[in-house]
Amino acid sequence: MSPGGLRGDLLKSDGLADRVVPPSGAVAWLTAGTSGAMAFLAVFALALALASGRLAERWSGALDRSATVRISAPADQLAGQTEAALAILATTPGVAAARALVDDEQRRLLEPWFGPDLPLESLPLPRLIEITEDRVPFDAEGLRLRLEAEVPGAVLDDHSRWRRPLAVAAERLRLLGVIAVLLILAAMTATITLATMASLAANAQVIRVLRLVGARDAFIARAFVRRFTLRAFGGAVAGTAAGMAAMAMLPPLADAGGFLTGLGYQGLAWLWPLGLPLLAGMIAFAATRAAAFAKLKELT
Amino acid sequence: MIAFETVAYSYGGGELLSDISLRLAAGSFHFLTGPSGAGKSTFLKLCYAELLPTAGRVSIFEREVRSLTRDDIARARRRIGVVHQDCQFIDHLPLATNVTLPLTVAGRASRPSDLTDLLGWVGLSHLADALPPSLSGGERQRAAVARAVIVGPDVILADEPTGNLDWEMSQRLLSLLVELNRMGKTVLVATHDLNLIRLAKQQVAARVLRIRNRRVQLAGADL
Repeated sequence: MSPGGLRGDLLKSDGLADRVVPPSGAVAWLTAGTSGAMAFLAVFALALALASGRLAERWSGALDRSATVRISAPADQLAGQTEAALAILATTPGVAAARALVDDEQRRLLEPWFGPDLPLESLPLPRLIEITEDRVPFDAEGLRLRLEAEVPGAVLDDHSRWRRPLAVAAERLRLLGVIAVLLILAAMTATITLATMASLAANAQVIRVLRLVGARDAFIARAFVRRFTLRAFGGAVAGTAAGMAAMAMLPPLADAGGFLTGLGYQGLAWLWPLGLPLLAGMIAFAATRAAAFAKLKELT
Repeated sequence: MIAFETVAYSYGGGELLSDISLRLAAGSFHFLTGPSGAGKSTFLKLCYAELLPTAGRVSIFEREVRSLTRDDIARARRRIGVVHQDCQFIDHLPLATNVTLPLTVAGRASRPSDLTDLLGWVGLSHLADALPPSLSGGERQRAAVARAVIVGPDVILADEPTGNLDWEMSQRLLSLLVELNRMGKTVLVATHDLNLIRLAKQQVAARVLRIRNRRVQLAGADL
């Protein structure tokens, strides 16, 4: 489609070409309404895709490049094994830093489950060593074997068993969001195509008269293309506005927890749904034009 | 202008027209007659490529219709004014807009005075804003004639143009067609109105074609 064709079919109003197709109330409302509903759903599907992407990055980023060594040993060996583990870590390539958590830090970690007055000294809790990875990650399997050999009570947790499924789940969610957006756009295309075909069929007599007096297909198609594109665009503007308003009314981050905290649009991401009406208009333009020319070819 | 070479046309059931060869020369005036169902309307539809022959060749303005693109056909139809038997209007558009439709689709402006003159000639000035469904059969037929000639076509095809007209209006229509023919237009009128044919032969050198047994023959003095 050339820009000239787009201008001719869409932007340039042609009095008779616009009026030659009688206004059909039901089809008009169906097209605009369906486009609006699809755009409304697309706003949410897009939010899901964007939020899943952020979630994947957050989960990966939070756990990536960090690891923990847990030392479970009798109380009299705990300090010694901790020192030994720290010594090994200090000489391990890929480990940027390693430090043992102090009692207060461990207490704070356990506070959500056991409350603030936990008598840490009376419990046989393991000592945790927090590892920060270097840019070049350490060899987890090699470190694990070395710790096993030299620090019997040490267990290396490189978080991969938590990180991988979470990251995979988030990626899948993002994929589902993208697929949902594509399906919504496909459904919009199908609906607009069907509405165009119905309108063409309902106006077969008008089309026949126009052909008989010498109208080219482009002239006839223009009336349908312009009308359906503008209807779809208008519906999508309303649907997108409603969807964005609904997203803006979601509970703020501080008031909700878990996954929902990231579902809304954030920052520049609010610009993404603004492209939906434009996309709906382009889809309607292409679908209507293709349907109109295909149908017109069936007529002499 | 329009030429048929061993043309045949078949509907699903059988052959309606067979082995037709003729040429409508520029500036000629022809009547096409024959009993109902003989194929007069089909013949006319072949002339403006609404139908394509099932055998043989039809040429419009020296080009074989099968070689024409859809845009070519549209352009060719702008040079052919057709008065359809069932008139064919766009019902939600006013009469004046319907009459100027051939100019509009061709991207040509219509001068209001020309439209007024034309509507006045066919006696429809007072109905310029009326919608086609509100018109009588005769009024619709006159409007169809006005639409067929407004674009100044090279060829005028009329399918039973006087079917719904009284004798006075039929004579006026014939006068217009004769006048257009004298201006060099090619005219073909399908009709079973023998009185109209006889009247025309007094005014113009009209040839009469008759469809008989699926073939088009030149009618003799028996008309």
